[in-house]
Amino acid sequence: MKEVYLDYSATTPVKKEVFEEMAPYFTEHFGNPSSLYKIASESKEALNLARKRLADLINASPEEIFFTGSGTEADNWAVFGTLDAMKKKGNHMITSSIEHHAIMHTAQYLMKRGIDATFLSVDKEGIISPAELEKSINDKTVLVSLMMVNNEVGSIEPIKELALVAKKHGVLFHTDAVQALGNVPIDVKELGVDMMSLSSHKIYGPKGVGALYIRKGVRISNFVHGGAQENKKRAGTENLAGIVGFGKAAELANKNLTDHINRLTELRNYFIDRVKGSIKDVNINGSMDHRHPGNANITFNYIEGEAILLLLNEKGIYVSTGSACSSASLSPSHVLAAMGVPVEMIHGTIRFTMGDFTTKEDLDYTVEALKEIITKLREVSSVSEEKGW
Amino acid sequence: MGMYNDKVMDHFMNPHNVGELENPDGVGKYGSPVCGDMMQIMIKVSDDKITDAKFKTFGCGSAIASSSIATDMIIGKTIDEALEMTNKQIVDELGGLPAVKIHCSVLADHAIKAAIYDYAKKNNKEYEGLKGFDPNAEEDEHEQPEGCSGGCGK
Repeated sequence: MKEVYLDYSATTPVKKEVFEEMAPYFTEHFGNPSSLYKIASESKEALNLARKRLADLINASPEEIFFTGSGTEADNWAVFGTLDAMKKKGNHMITSSIEHHAIMHTAQYLMKRGIDATFLSVDKEGIISPAELEKSINDKTVLVSLMMVNNEVGSIEPIKELALVAKKHGVLFHTDAVQALGNVPIDVKELGVDMMSLSSHKIYGPKGVGALYIRKGVRISNFVHGGAQENKKRAGTENLAGIVGFGKAAELANKNLTDHINRLTELRNYFIDRVKGSIKDVNINGSMDHRHPGNANITFNYIEGEAILLLLNEKGIYVSTGSACSSASLSPSHVLAAMGVPVEMIHGTIRFTMGDFTTKEDLDYTVEALKEIITKLREVSSVSEEKGW
Repeated sequence: MGMYNDKVMDHFMNPHNVGELENPDGVGKYGSPVCGDMMQIMIKVSDDKITDAKFKTFGCGSAIASSSIATDMIIGKTIDEALEMTNKQIVDELGGLPAVKIHCSVLADHAIKAAIYDYAKKNNKEYEGLKGFDPNAEEDEHEQPEGCSGGCGK
């Protein structure tokens, strides 16, 4: 059966070049980078090269890159580490209502432990307002953490303007750029951010590796305690092969960035146009002007998302949904809710995310499958355009 | 998917008794789109026996499968027999549902009872199995999904 993977925002396959570069670091070049003999220094050099490659992708210095075990760990570190280091100054953090759970649940956890958190609202396109951020800053505010690109609807946030507001008030600014990396140009100096979370497996690198960019001079407490790895800031023997893979993936992403963006934008727009042209009662969620190039988040009115997902799965098409029914948490998407999408419509929302191996033929196949599936489920449904919700 | 067994998948992909009856003797609705599923079941009754049943369901795979098999199960039954049916029997007939989806069978069971309730009311009939049954219990009108008490979107 034909298989079409349209869930690149969930994870990406490791590119062959990346895998090949990683392989020797499992077997031959296995030395612990902290040791002092030859094979250890080779490992150390490999780490440094990866650090340089990732730094180049976001215009940072290599010594500002700290490898972690995941993007989630980087997010946790940025929040816990900043609030701990700044606790004499204040206990208030500002984030948004559309953050990934790695930030959202961390903030909620800390709220039970004496931290005050503000969750900024978004407009109907999922965009955060710098003016609202400015109004939310008080003299206890020590951290602003706002995502660069939303993982569900792909909205690209005005990070430069938001970071400028934080800077004006002397507040540290962190951004979760996990979905942005490799999909939009990133220049940490131009953006003016203090910290940035990154992840390998969203850019065709291996799973189990992330990184936190920490601008030189930013005070942040350690999160993982132990040995002296990562310039004494993140303990634990480095995931050497994983980091090598992340570095190679970053190098490829840097080289291909413009082509990648142009190609995905064209595919994505083609897909959205075809869906809108061939299926009625659909809504595209999120901004079309400020959007992840490979993201199409679509509500199919009057039917439920898990049912759509299951039928797509039967045709070998893999997507994800904002519906409660298919998620382990059983709660509908907080992102779509924050954008004001009615709950009954959130249930019928599917996220299609495209990547470097997506072809036009894949999308044609998906549109044909959708036409059949949506018609079938609408025939079964107890709600309809005529009957209303 | 691995989430549902073959029988559930079969009833979901090729549901039985989909649609509406022209002159139904009883109509039951349960759930709400806000909560992620809403079922409508229509029945035809003759001599206290359910001769036909049709459903329409907005909902996830297990909600559609539960509606399909539940309507299969009541066709040919007397009203009293249909009222004795439990959601557990629906689950068993499907060969099991994931724990988080058991509510879908509750919805189907409730929608059937609501259809019988409607029939009983229209025909001034009383059934032992309907005692204490409230067709509107825990039903829609929930502004927030937190208020949803049935359904897979609970």
